[in-house]
Amino acid sequence: MPDENKPTPPTPSDGDNKPTTGKPAGSVQPSPPPEGAASASAAKPATPAGTPAKTAGDHAPAAPAKPTGPATIPWDSPMVATLKRQFGSGISEASTYLGQNYMVVDRSLIPEILQVLRDQEQFDYCVDITAVHYLTREKPFDVIWILYSFARNERILVKTLISDGEALPSSVPIWPTTNWLEREVYDMFGIAFEGHPDLKRILLPEGWKGHPLRKDYGIIQQDNEWVQANLGIESGQ
Amino acid sequence: MLDYVTSYLRSNTTPGQAGNLLWAFIYIILIFLGLSVAVIAMNWLERKILAHMQVRLGPMRVGPHGLLQPIADAIKLLIKEDIMPAEADKSVFWIAPVLIVITAFTTFIVVPFGPTHAVTDMNIGVLFMLGVSSLSVLGVVMAGWASNSHYPLIGALRSSAQMVSYEIAMGLAVVAAVLMTSLHGIGLYGVAHGAVGDGTLSMIDIVKAQQDQHAWFIFKFFPLGLIAFFIFAVAMIAETNRAPFDLPEAESELTAGFHTEYSGFRWSLFFLAEYSAMIAVSSIAVTLWLGGWLRPFPTWLTGETWDLVFSLFPAATFLLLALIALVGTLRMPKHPYFRVQTLGLAGFAAVLALIGILLLLPPVRDRIQDIYWFSLKVAGFMYLYIWYRGTFPRYRFDQLMRVGWKVLLPVGLGVLILTAIVGVLL
Amino acid sequence: MSDPSTNISHLELGDRNETFLDSNELVINMGPQHPATHGVLRVILKLDGEKVLGTECVIGYLHRGVEKIAENRTYAMFNPYVDRMDYVAAVSNGLGYCEAVEKLLNVQAPPRANYIRVILTELNRLASHMLWLGTHALDIGAITPLFYTFRDREEILKIFEKYCGARLTTHAFRIGGCLYETYDGFEKDVTNFLDFVTPKIDEYEELLTTNRIWVERTKNVGKISGKECIALGVTGPVLRASGVRWDVRKAQPYAAYSDFDFEIPIGQNGDTYDRYLVRMAEMRQSLHIIRQAVGKIPEGPIMAKVPKVIKPPVGEIYHSIEAPKGELGYFIVSDGSTQPYRLRVRPPSFVNLQALDMMVRGQLVADVVAVIGTLDIVLGEVDR
Repeated sequence: MPDENKPTPPTPSDGDNKPTTGKPAGSVQPSPPPEGAASASAAKPATPAGTPAKTAGDHAPAAPAKPTGPATIPWDSPMVATLKRQFGSGISEASTYLGQNYMVVDRSLIPEILQVLRDQEQFDYCVDITAVHYLTREKPFDVIWILYSFARNERILVKTLISDGEALPSSVPIWPTTNWLEREVYDMFGIAFEGHPDLKRILLPEGWKGHPLRKDYGIIQQDNEWVQANLGIESGQ
Repeated sequence: MLDYVTSYLRSNTTPGQAGNLLWAFIYIILIFLGLSVAVIAMNWLERKILAHMQVRLGPMRVGPHGLLQPIADAIKLLIKEDIMPAEADKSVFWIAPVLIVITAFTTFIVVPFGPTHAVTDMNIGVLFMLGVSSLSVLGVVMAGWASNSHYPLIGALRSSAQMVSYEIAMGLAVVAAVLMTSLHGIGLYGVAHGAVGDGTLSMIDIVKAQQDQHAWFIFKFFPLGLIAFFIFAVAMIAETNRAPFDLPEAESELTAGFHTEYSGFRWSLFFLAEYSAMIAVSSIAVTLWLGGWLRPFPTWLTGETWDLVFSLFPAATFLLLALIALVGTLRMPKHPYFRVQTLGLAGFAAVLALIGILLLLPPVRDRIQDIYWFSLKVAGFMYLYIWYRGTFPRYRFDQLMRVGWKVLLPVGLGVLILTAIVGVLL
Repeated sequence: MSDPSTNISHLELGDRNETFLDSNELVINMGPQHPATHGVLRVILKLDGEKVLGTECVIGYLHRGVEKIAENRTYAMFNPYVDRMDYVAAVSNGLGYCEAVEKLLNVQAPPRANYIRVILTELNRLASHMLWLGTHALDIGAITPLFYTFRDREEILKIFEKYCGARLTTHAFRIGGCLYETYDGFEKDVTNFLDFVTPKIDEYEELLTTNRIWVERTKNVGKISGKECIALGVTGPVLRASGVRWDVRKAQPYAAYSDFDFEIPIGQNGDTYDRYLVRMAEMRQSLHIIRQAVGKIPEGPIMAKVPKVIKPPVGEIYHSIEAPKGELGYFIVSDGSTQPYRLRVRPPSFVNLQALDMMVRGQLVADVVAVIGTLDIVLGEVDR
């Protein structure tokens, strides 16, 4: 087992998606994160001191590239080359992380590149659509399409960055499966998809306020509101 | 007064025919009680038999081996809150279960448990039974409609379509059997003896015709009688809304079908009616094809000895049941906690044994025989009902209709025509 | 809170012909409390008589915000939560999660742990398929198979209980391998179970496979082609019954699956009957895999060297496994802290359920129940 050099202090080098570990701004959930951060920082000095020494003793040779996580390496493939030729600088990054290929594309390419991926590159199965919220970034949302090609047995991630309130074109015409997936992204992040046949909340009830998977969403506040409105008491949370 | 009471005992007709109101009333009470006990027993048996088919035990807690469970259930149902949906059509909602129960019980007026053991004998007995029992569809539709809710409505519509279409196949099969009362054939099927070219619709006379012809109609004009019986056997399951034709109350689709909105006592009326109807249609089948109250092999195994042997059957049955109960008693856990249950089961065994011994007495023995054989045959059908329920998936609505109209109806027509041809020409 | 029941107006109906004699269509509400919707699924049906004109699924009654919870728990703390999604296949959920985090950590579980994982996961697949068979048959009106399958599933749960103390939500695996060594007699128990259950599967097939009513109820019901499956993202046995030979265990092997020899059963017609046959064949394949695995569990450690405090490096990863219901994926974004920055579950039931509308349109009410059964959804996973 050569790879137990893991969780060394993450270097903030990875500029792309270095999230702010910053807390949800107005939310009322300050306690867990600081605690987590505290324990993390407490653990950090201790472990690096102890662990590397131990592992070095056990497997002296097998301790390469210690401080960083696994490296992100460029993703070279004919497909990427073709796409880059076609879309030029719209594809800002195409890399492989731990064997996982992903590309970051410009928001403006979104319907076309997905269409091209399906029609020309045989990515006929849209596994999932999801989003990630980075509160402090200029364009706070990553939207990620996970695609799979049966013909090539290959899975890729297509990622784009959008700002809050910006809508994306719906990919329902490309993959019907994205109907509910986009509804869920809308439900959880409030990202609208233009041209979606029936964009409304899916898991949460119609009258729900806010979009819970945003980092600035306050669970306790929501709970309080509900308890006050429905039970007329203060929430015990 | 005493004369009035005893005079009937010497007659050999039904009270209805003898014009003896008192005995007719007594018979009605007896049938009502017997039926209620039968439904309760059926409830327990169905749960037990089904459970054992499904590798589980069924009711075990109330009374020894759950024997008192049906009573506990009945009490629960009676004292439950009676809920009537706010949007329901009150009067119709109220009448529907009553109507169904009335039709289910009325049919028993003409069921012949023995040559004299029926409330009355009508010359249109079969027609009366079919007519009255098909009224129950009215109750079902009323229940579904009055509930003012979607599932009951769909259930009721399914039910009416199903009952009406299967009634036709059922009717054809019955007519084939009725034809057999008067047709004997002339050579091929050679039932030369017996007399009469008179057909009859009277339930008692139909059995008597089988007696005279020395053949249950299921075996007559082989295989025509058998096919007609089979058609009836399928149609009667559909008619009583039991698995695999239980679409009107398909639990997984319509929650409970037409009685979804009913609860408590009203619901128990539906339950009562369903089981009574099962017994009623089984009675028709037994009467028309299986020789009613006649004992098996009346022509092959004749003579004094065989008569005696067969007359011991009722007693033997009860003694066997007593023995089973006794074995159950002995196998009860010895823990003091089970003492009451053990005693109860022992008492039950004693009662069964007592009944068995009572049935050994010659006067009782002779009187009870026909009822015994009739009930035994009906019980066989009841077992089949349970067995089907444990075995078959449920038909879909269009498939059900297809079976009714495209299979049973043409085959029934064919059997009817062939019976007529065979009876007259062969 | 607006009442969802008033929101049926946007139930889109496709091209509906004018009904004869101006009869109205009926809107009925199947669920959320209904015996055949396997939990709290609510399906709004538009009916013309018994014919289904359109459906709309209303889900979310069991939503617990699993993805939000993940953001507030450490990686290890979140592990038991995944068992609560597809609670009939908790072991599979746990396997997917553990492997995803291991991938993020760039750790490999030792071979012995992988073998134990395969055995337990395949046992769990059997348990899940058994539960599916029983409830599916019950929906179609055959009540007896349910008890047979529950009797046999019990034996699997007993093995789980002996292994890790829990029967349903097992939390059997840990990040980096397994926490528990196999108990004494584990191999024997598993082998005995295999011998016990093989004839039982024949018994189920005897009850149903050639049963006329069963065949009539399932043949040509809820047909879906391979193309439509892919377009709708449907995976698992449903996809394979439509003739697509694809299984994550073969396509992108994980755990120790590349060591074993097994077939991917497929069907041709993509109807409910084929899905039934495919799942029955899968149960036999699972037995085959377990038999191979249990004979040669390698010696060695069961836990990789994983630090006490799990802090994966910054990065994001998607990892998926073949759960009994289809492709179960985990997309995890790490910010280098002890808690996932974002964790997304790709639930197979949720995506498969989307196909319901297409599969039942134009069929009868009774088929809706059959199709819900054949999709094999677990609402805990649909709603998360």
